[in-house]
Amino acid sequence: MSIISLKAIEKYYGDYHALKGIDCEIAEGEFFSLLGPSGCGKTTLLRVIAGFEDVSSGTVVIGGQNMAGVPANKRPTNMVFQSYAIFPHLSVAENVGYGLRRARLPRAELAEKVNGALKMVGLEGFGGRASHALSGGQRQRVALARALILEPKVLLLDEPLSALDKKMREQMQTELRRLQRQVGITFILVTHDQEEALIMSDRIAVMFEGEIAQLAAPQELYRRPLTRRVGEFIGVMNFLDARQVDTGISQVRFDVDGLGEVEIKPEQLPKGARSFYSVVGLRPEALSIVYDGSPKSAVPGKVVDLSYYGDMTYYEVQLEGTSSPVTISMKNLTSRPVLERGAETQVTWDAGSLVVFAS
Amino acid sequence: MKGGWLRIYAIGYLVFLYLPVVLLPMFAFNEGTVIAFPLKGFTTEWFVQLAGIEALHGALLNSVFIALVTASLSVIFGICAARASTRFRFPFKGPIMGAIMVPLVLPEIIVAVSLLVVVVQVLDLPLSAWTVIAGHTLICTPFAIAILSSAFQGLDQSLEEAAVDLGETRWGAFKNIILPLVSPGIVASFLICFTISLDEFIIAFFLTGAEPTLPVYIWSQLRFPTKIPAVMALGTLMLVASLIILSVAEYYRRRGVERVGGKDSGGFL
Amino acid sequence: MGVRTIATRLDSDAKRGLLLVSPTAVYVLLLLAAPLAAVVTFSFWTQDFLTIDRSFTLDNYREAFTDPLYRVLMIRSLVISGIVTVVTVVLAFPIAYFVSFYVPPERKALWIFLITIPFWTSYLLRVFLWKVILGFNGVLNSGLISLGLIDEPITFILYNANAVVITLAHAFAPFTILPIYVALEKIDRSLLEASRDLGENRVTTFFRVTLPLAMPGVIAATLIVFIPTIGDYVTPRLVGGPNGLMIANMIQTQFLKLNNAPMGATLAVLAMCAVTAISLIFVLMNRRYLR
Ligand SMILES: Nc1ncnc2c1ncn2[C@@H]1O[C@H](COP(=O)(O)OP(=O)(O)OP(=O)(O)O)[C@@H](O)[C@H]1O
Ligand SMILES: [Mg+2]
Repeated sequence: MSIISLKAIEKYYGDYHALKGIDCEIAEGEFFSLLGPSGCGKTTLLRVIAGFEDVSSGTVVIGGQNMAGVPANKRPTNMVFQSYAIFPHLSVAENVGYGLRRARLPRAELAEKVNGALKMVGLEGFGGRASHALSGGQRQRVALARALILEPKVLLLDEPLSALDKKMREQMQTELRRLQRQVGITFILVTHDQEEALIMSDRIAVMFEGEIAQLAAPQELYRRPLTRRVGEFIGVMNFLDARQVDTGISQVRFDVDGLGEVEIKPEQLPKGARSFYSVVGLRPEALSIVYDGSPKSAVPGKVVDLSYYGDMTYYEVQLEGTSSPVTISMKNLTSRPVLERGAETQVTWDAGSLVVFAS
Repeated sequence: MKGGWLRIYAIGYLVFLYLPVVLLPMFAFNEGTVIAFPLKGFTTEWFVQLAGIEALHGALLNSVFIALVTASLSVIFGICAARASTRFRFPFKGPIMGAIMVPLVLPEIIVAVSLLVVVVQVLDLPLSAWTVIAGHTLICTPFAIAILSSAFQGLDQSLEEAAVDLGETRWGAFKNIILPLVSPGIVASFLICFTISLDEFIIAFFLTGAEPTLPVYIWSQLRFPTKIPAVMALGTLMLVASLIILSVAEYYRRRGVERVGGKDSGGFL
Repeated sequence: MGVRTIATRLDSDAKRGLLLVSPTAVYVLLLLAAPLAAVVTFSFWTQDFLTIDRSFTLDNYREAFTDPLYRVLMIRSLVISGIVTVVTVVLAFPIAYFVSFYVPPERKALWIFLITIPFWTSYLLRVFLWKVILGFNGVLNSGLISLGLIDEPITFILYNANAVVITLAHAFAPFTILPIYVALEKIDRSLLEASRDLGENRVTTFFRVTLPLAMPGVIAATLIVFIPTIGDYVTPRLVGGPNGLMIANMIQTQFLKLNNAPMGATLAVLAMCAVTAISLIFVLMNRRYLR
């Protein structure tokens, strides 16, 4: 059962078309991410859901109820703002209890709820603090507690981690995920960090220029990007020109620049279209450098550059018949010495990981 | 010492600035009835005399009334305009805000004359405290807007959205979040407008009715040499009062800057 | 395009903004725009003893341009205002520069406060006290005589244009220092270091970097002094003497003494036009600094 359903959402700012026909269902209890480059309309979509922006057309349904004409304060959603928006003139406890004011709870009960919420985000005993005396990570937790205390159906988070340093960000990623499982509330996270989206989400909607380019679970998104642009945006992908040679019942053969003939399964083809594929994509880990044995198929290549990461090495390898080198990632084992720049080597591939694009 | 010559110049300049200010209390406590050197003995007689001048008390009350109403109106108009300009985008924003700030760059006599023409010649109304208030509100509002705009500008817009998100109505968010956060700015602009109105002469002289304002009263006294020592005493008291009011205003302005977590850029205006 | 279509084309933000700004805008419209229009209208009418002759005429303007009295007053006003402006700004710039560049950050607010205090003394009394200072038996003369620097009181500083300039330069000091100070404060100090790094010395850096970047403040200061000075009638009356009177005194006289509102309105319109024209020319000449 979906908690949010967006139907044909269009949003114009004057002449600027910010959202172009967004259709999307978000399931109850799901950790859902909106991922896309800067300016693609992620924040706009989030604000449409929250009720801060009117749609130009289309409907937003939350919990089975059409939200047309329902103002932000009446919607069963709460938001964690990018700047956290902690009220500077109120204490931590007053911030957290802010939304409960109109519930007119008895004092003791209110205090108990506030303490519970603070405990949940790991800020027990911080209630009396002045809110401007908090660190970035603490402000973020206060913002979370303040939104979660109202037990919204959906929690909206606009790049909540972008203001934190790397270490803090990684810590909060796991913590957010844990919190979401604990409370079971639907989270919608806006981020432009693909790694963050992959780590945290159940499903990810990748947006470009006001449109959802692909909506899928992280693994699916990484392994089967629908378009070249999605493949490029999520992780690293090598693109090679290719021509379809032959279509059989159980396998399709391609002539791929640099690799030669490659056989793949029909399932690997994009749905619908059946012929004239011209580009295939390969993740760096789908290619490998041959250290021992003689694989069924291998081609010669020359290492033109490399980046050493400790656990991994990323090689730039020039294959014959291609204009630019491909990126290959290799785990560093003692049995596999890191190659020098300029080294001649053999490159093999995993045909099952090959992604075929419709253009 | 850094800035050697500049420092000497700066001190000389301060002497120039303070010359009249220092003379004011000197003559106020001076026994001699002529405003000239050398000074005679010390006396508080002139201050005592002030207590007995009925006309002065009337003028003072009148001025305080005018200043209070002017400051209230200017702050209300200021809040409307400053909030509109910092929070909303609307058509003709530039021209509208420009027009509202015009009194700041208009010679005061023009404001005075134009209001006089309308009130006396066109509407044929009597001059009164209210005509002075009309003029003073016109020139004070831009000051209020300037102070309040910076107060509103310092606010993160998502604070207001967060309040709405947590269940407040728009008005509730404004009342419970925005107003408390800009209240130091409101107090500061109120005090500034109050002080400007209290001291304003050029417009008041044109628009005042039978009841003079304090500066108009002082102007009338400057012609009589015997009244001048008392005027000096009065001026001294007014200076002290202004300084107290301004210190309070500055205190509130700084608190406002602190509250929204901004950096103090110092000073008024 | 009807009102309805315009209204529906405005989004809710625009409507709220317009609604919110409207009380202030209407106030200014009613109490400034309308009265200014009335003044302009009046300037085309004439006073006929106690009544006003409402037939359109340019007589007032003709008179204002031909009568040497008005012409002298107008030109003198502009000249005095110009001199006051130059003197005030030139005197104020080093102070703003000093406070911005040489005063330690924690003491800046104190300096600014010190500079603004004199401004909060009653304006009338400040002008009056300058009369006391500059007068024949005044503080300056008695001081100089007792120091033995002069034998006779000097007289060229009271009841003439010099006195007006000194007094107004004093009155507007904080108004000039503050905008220049703000502009100087905004200058990123690393720009000055960059200039030194690129081979300029202190003085050339000042003229090639600091001054151009401070120009918006200087321009604001100039306008803030020049415009109101034209409208001041207190200072000329108290310290100006017969040769220091300015156009504002004449406007005041026309309205309050001679009861000739149309002539007063004409002079007011002319003064306003002159000030606006000069200000615009000044701003246009310096527009490259304003971007
Ligand atoms: N109030 C507005 N008026 C006009 N255009 C707007 C407005 N808000 C957003 N836009 C435009 O809509 C587009 C999408 O904006 P949005 O804030 O949704 O981007 P985003 O995906 O959140 O980007 P970022 O990662 O930079 O936050 C941008 O091009 C932006 O300039
Ligand atoms: Mg965004």
